[in-house]
Amino acid sequence: MTALQVDVWRGAAEGRLQRYDVPRFPSQTVLDVVTHIQRKLDPTLAYRYACRVGMCGSCAMTVNGVPRWTCRTHVDRVAKNGVLQLRPLRNLPVIRDLVTDMRSFFDKWERAGGHFEGASTKADDFARVAPDSAARQAADAGIECIGCGVCYSACDVVSWNPDYLGPAALNRAWTLVNDPRDKAGVTRLRAIAGDAGCHACHTHMSCTERCPKHISPTASIAGLKRAVTRAALDGKL
Amino acid sequence: MSKRSDARLWIAQRATAALLALCVTVHLVTIVYAVRGGLSAAEILGRTRGNVGWLAFYTVFVLAVAVHAPIGLRPVVTEWLGWRGRSREWAALALGVALAWMGMRAVLVLYA
Repeated sequence: MTALQVDVWRGAAEGRLQRYDVPRFPSQTVLDVVTHIQRKLDPTLAYRYACRVGMCGSCAMTVNGVPRWTCRTHVDRVAKNGVLQLRPLRNLPVIRDLVTDMRSFFDKWERAGGHFEGASTKADDFARVAPDSAARQAADAGIECIGCGVCYSACDVVSWNPDYLGPAALNRAWTLVNDPRDKAGVTRLRAIAGDAGCHACHTHMSCTERCPKHISPTASIAGLKRAVTRAALDGKL
Repeated sequence: MSKRSDARLWIAQRATAALLALCVTVHLVTIVYAVRGGLSAAEILGRTRGNVGWLAFYTVFVLAVAVHAPIGLRPVVTEWLGWRGRSREWAALALGVALAWMGMRAVLVLYA
């Protein structure tokens, strides 16, 4: 059985990489590697996971420089020369080892108007949204986001401009802009416009490249830019 | 700066980008055409002096640059230098005025 050399970030903002030798197994995921280290080699290692099957989004880490879901990343795909380097997600404060504080990430969802604001009551009939309508299709394209933070970690604009709302929050806002039941309208467009909002995006597409759900936040942000432009030209912004 | 102003600046930058794509193309083609038989000041002035078409073209070009460049530099100085706030906006405005002044001076000298 060959061993995998795994360098793992230990500490918080200040820290160091620590080397562990982990046995290789068939179909081994990076999360399996981290779990092996924590259970067999070093119980002080802090990391986060829940579902292990790509549904919860809590196990995202930086694997050999790339943000990924560790539960859905096979070692065979990423371990160059049998070496793995594991760090916490970029652009988020590190609590300890591989665990980041995701409050700023989710606070930005709120700042982006990322919650549904309906106007109907339980006395009203169900809203009917045609599945093939352009708005529904646009919302569908972004709706599967599970908030893992991979796109946020991959985004250079977030690292340069810490106020930037980031791809996930803007993608969420775009799905709501396209929800005909939602009534936030121009209020949400005001929330997501400007230097810290959709206009800060440089269209590098790192978020789109890295999203494990194959969502394109870049396309969502472009949609927001168009919506804001229309509102500004109509004098509604 | 208000969200409305941010949005308007973005629109202005995109609109001038579209203009500049055209202007730069015409400018480059003109350069390639003009240097075929060597380049001289007399030849340039012979083409531009009293020509309202070139005056209009380069006026649009210069003004588009004066609008486009300062707007685009604002996020650059914020992301690379951490420069934000009112001083950044005044600096961008000053750059725009300087570009327009220097550019229009050159355009008018070539025309008159």
